[in-house]
Amino acid sequence: MRSRNMLAVCGLAAAAFLAQIGASSAQTEVKSPTLDAVKKRGQLICGIDTGIPGYAYQDSSGKWQGLDVALCRAIAAAVLGDPEKVKYIGTTSKVRFSVLQSGEIDVLIRDSELTLTRAGQLGLEEVTPNFYTGQTIMVRKSLGVQHVKDLNGATICLLTGTTLETNIADYNRANNIKIGTLLFDKPEEAFAAAESGRCDGYTDDGGSVAAARSTMKKPDDWIFLPETLSRQPLGPHTRQGDDRWTNIVRWSHFAMLEAEELGITKANVDEVRKASTDPQVKKFLGLEGDLGKGIGLDNDFAYKIVKAVGNYGEVYEATFGSKGLGLPRGLNNLYNKGGLMYPYSWY
Amino acid sequence: MVRRPSPRAYAGQWLLLLAAAAVAWYIVSNAGDNLARRNMSFGFGFLWDVSNFDIPFRLVPWSEADTYGRALLVSFLNTIAVAACGIVAATLLGLFIGIMRLSANWLVRNIALSFVEFIRNTPQLIQIVFWYFAVLQTLPSPRQSIVLPAGMLLNIRGAYLPNAVMTPHGGLLSGLALLALAATPFLWRVRVGARRVGANALFLPVLALALFAAGVDHIDWPTLKGFNIRGGTQVPPEFVALWLGLSIYAAAFIAEIVRGSIEAISKGQSEAAQALGLKTGQRLFLIILPQALRIMVPQLTSQYLNIIKSSTLGAVVAYPEVMQIFAGTVMNQAGKEIETIIIVMAIFLAINLLTSAFMNWYNRRVALVER
Amino acid sequence: MPPRQPALIEGEMLEPAPGMQPPLAVETPSGARPLVPPRPARGGGAGIVGWLRLNLFGSVGNTALTLLVLGFLALILPPFIRWAVTDATIGGTARSACTGDGACWTFIRMRLPTFFYGHYPFSEWWRVDLAAVLLGVFSAPVMRDRTRHRGLWLVLLLTLFPLLAGILLAGGLPGLPPVDTNLWGGLMLDIIIAFVTVAGSLPLGILLALGRRSQLPIVRLLAVGFIELWRGVPLLTVLFMSAVLVPLFLPNGVSVDRLIRALIALVLFNAAYMAETVRGGLQGVAAGQEEAAYSVGLRWWQVQLFVVLPQALRYVVPGLVNNIVDLFKDTTLVTIVGLFDLLGAVSQALKDPAWLGFAKEGYVFSMLVFFVCCFAMSSYGRRFEKRLRRHHSG
Repeated sequence: MRSRNMLAVCGLAAAAFLAQIGASSAQTEVKSPTLDAVKKRGQLICGIDTGIPGYAYQDSSGKWQGLDVALCRAIAAAVLGDPEKVKYIGTTSKVRFSVLQSGEIDVLIRDSELTLTRAGQLGLEEVTPNFYTGQTIMVRKSLGVQHVKDLNGATICLLTGTTLETNIADYNRANNIKIGTLLFDKPEEAFAAAESGRCDGYTDDGGSVAAARSTMKKPDDWIFLPETLSRQPLGPHTRQGDDRWTNIVRWSHFAMLEAEELGITKANVDEVRKASTDPQVKKFLGLEGDLGKGIGLDNDFAYKIVKAVGNYGEVYEATFGSKGLGLPRGLNNLYNKGGLMYPYSWY
Repeated sequence: MVRRPSPRAYAGQWLLLLAAAAVAWYIVSNAGDNLARRNMSFGFGFLWDVSNFDIPFRLVPWSEADTYGRALLVSFLNTIAVAACGIVAATLLGLFIGIMRLSANWLVRNIALSFVEFIRNTPQLIQIVFWYFAVLQTLPSPRQSIVLPAGMLLNIRGAYLPNAVMTPHGGLLSGLALLALAATPFLWRVRVGARRVGANALFLPVLALALFAAGVDHIDWPTLKGFNIRGGTQVPPEFVALWLGLSIYAAAFIAEIVRGSIEAISKGQSEAAQALGLKTGQRLFLIILPQALRIMVPQLTSQYLNIIKSSTLGAVVAYPEVMQIFAGTVMNQAGKEIETIIIVMAIFLAINLLTSAFMNWYNRRVALVER
Repeated sequence: MPPRQPALIEGEMLEPAPGMQPPLAVETPSGARPLVPPRPARGGGAGIVGWLRLNLFGSVGNTALTLLVLGFLALILPPFIRWAVTDATIGGTARSACTGDGACWTFIRMRLPTFFYGHYPFSEWWRVDLAAVLLGVFSAPVMRDRTRHRGLWLVLLLTLFPLLAGILLAGGLPGLPPVDTNLWGGLMLDIIIAFVTVAGSLPLGILLALGRRSQLPIVRLLAVGFIELWRGVPLLTVLFMSAVLVPLFLPNGVSVDRLIRALIALVLFNAAYMAETVRGGLQGVAAGQEEAAYSVGLRWWQVQLFVVLPQALRYVVPGLVNNIVDLFKDTTLVTIVGLFDLLGAVSQALKDPAWLGFAKEGYVFSMLVFFVCCFAMSSYGRRFEKRLRRHHSG
């Protein structure tokens, strides 16, 4: 598709290049306080979940893993050239936004839904979704329930300080039924309550429910109900008013998507960089053009990201996919494979 | 008694006030600055907004369409409910353990001592989570409920008590019953001629029971239907865990207060009572305890205030008290961090200061009676 | 006792001076027990039989009571012992080792390092151990009965020791790689928090207590306001404030480590309680002492520092020990604001899919750990109090 429109691409690239010159003169004035702070500190401070399989969890050696963690590492690789230069701060759902607002963390990547309230009342910038899902309810098989509507009178465990409780309230009012809720502060407490049978089920976004199921004594005893109560675009948040930093976070995510579309993986990235003649690939890896500089990074920032964490598909496989929680790609597939992951254009 | 501070010291204290005001101003201006930077506003208008969440346990009606203000009332009543139950249980248990501590029986005395020592030297938070996660969550599922006497059921969803459903006039009748109960101790002391009414006053509780029974239309027994037990009154395990955690912890401290106060009553009092031929129980409840009470009351009050303040620990066991609902759900949904925490702190501060004021008044009264 | 200051806030009368509350005496002379008619030891007062008769089977009622309690114990103890000891497992390295019906202490044993060190890197554990040894070295002279320059040791414990331990634990010097505070955890974090809180709140509490007894109205008002504010609100709200509001109160861009924020909150909160304890001691210092000191020409701060406080603080050691035990227990609350103390470590371990269902073991273990620490401290406080009373009366 792209190769056919080569001419147009080149034209646009030239235009972008010209725009870049204009932009870079302006950049000397537009400062990014967060980027400056990160560079000065030599460390990215990334707000993540306190520990949930799939998004952010510590493996047996104490090293942080997960989809959200991969994005933190990608940003660190892009900005500081080293994916290890990240300090992870586990945040509970209650305090996560305060911690970001106060400047204690540089970016919040914590399976957080992107909502109008958070953009408006909380003064946060919602970068871009890095995980599409929907609120899912998981129940015990033995309950014999097939649909959410059958849950009238049941009690569901969930976390407080989330959008989940509002969604259940909306669902109750819309369908004139009564699904009870029991609110916990921490996932481990809510999991324990669901496991013990205090609640009939557990609800959260699809990824977290899959994570919850993986920590149950007998994961096969639990099923997901087919309906989702709401769509849940989850993604990173930054502080409003630091657009350049927001751009860096956004394009770090896109770099992982673009790499997947171009077929570049952690394993073959060096080889591709040496051998490829595709101008698109060359631009992506920073061999041509000045694209990285435009957002305040090195031109080869995408190369560093892929080298450090791999492409989005690889990360998904290792966390939520077949090597992780066994959740189908679904909406999180690339746009050309039936999903919603659609990076902005790389020129 | 001491000489007056120098004029320089008097002048110096204004500097201190100035410094305190400067710190306060600094904080407020920073907060204003930060709020403006984040496009957030300060104000309590959100209390009138629709809340749209569920409160699983409540004493007054609540629906998802109610306002945050009503959520405050509902959760505040939940706090009061668990604290009140905790105070009653802690007092009774503390009195019991405190008297055990003074027993002549070595075994009784030392069991009470071990209880007090163990409870006082372990964190209350761990006790509460222990009750909830290690004890109550190992109860059987509703289908295998433990059947208790009097039609009560016990399972992981809580304790289910039979509920008396009243006839239309039932409310009035049970009100009368309460009145009769409350009047009993007063009637006991009334003298008819030279004689006290005494035990004859016990006809009142019997009357109260009859009045209450007359008002009951039918009894709603808890039974298993669908997922849950239907009918009856459910006492959720979150409430029970918090209640146990609050009352057992405080009881250990109250036991020591009781013991100390009783020991402070001079030995002569007990001996004099014995000389009058009073039995052990009579000596304790008629002579010793009424006097010890005067010493106990201020210390007990501070324990009661501790119970009220510790009820905020309910947040860890999902009990919807004011801290969990307000500094949790509401804070996140409305994005009003400063306001919600101010409200919660103000509530507890008000309870504390009011109680202190009342106790001061009470202490003065008791002191006057003494002279 | 000097006449009381006029009460400013009604709450002032509320609590008795904590140092004055009756001690938890293990043995009271039998005469002090008013409910028991004093009875001479009959029938061979010596020997085990005599003891049994005196203490357990003195009368019909007493015998019945003893049997009742024994029955109760027979009901409670054997299942507990079966669970905790005879049917329990401690060997092995995996869940599969726990086959019996009893407790699975294997779980505790496997997780023990996390419970004590948090996520502190394994190669650096020696620093934690060394800090613990230092704590022992510095606090032993303070605790001992007869130490020369005890005050000096106390000052060292509150200044030099935190400095040394802080450098050791946080690192940053050559040879000591920095260890970030969010790796600190487990019991180590509880002890650090408790220590810093005591070191910070004791001086502040003394100042507040002096302020509350001051003759200067504004000073008194500020002290009373401060004390009653913190004593009136639950600790959890204060910790929450430190987590959520303090960042809002600081200038934009300034951020403080959340452990430090929690520490500040705990210091302010506990200073109010310490102030009330110290005030009890200040009231116990005879007025003549102060008058005499002024009459030899000492200034106010000299009088307080050299005459009043040394005496008052001695009286209130038992009360302060109570405060310290309370605040040590309260360090578990930091788990609610996302710090990773012993309780936090236990809760997180309980979530491990490989070790589900051992809540009882986890919580019983953490209770025992706290019990050992707190009971040791309480016992020290009681011993000190006994000695104090002997001094006083003898």
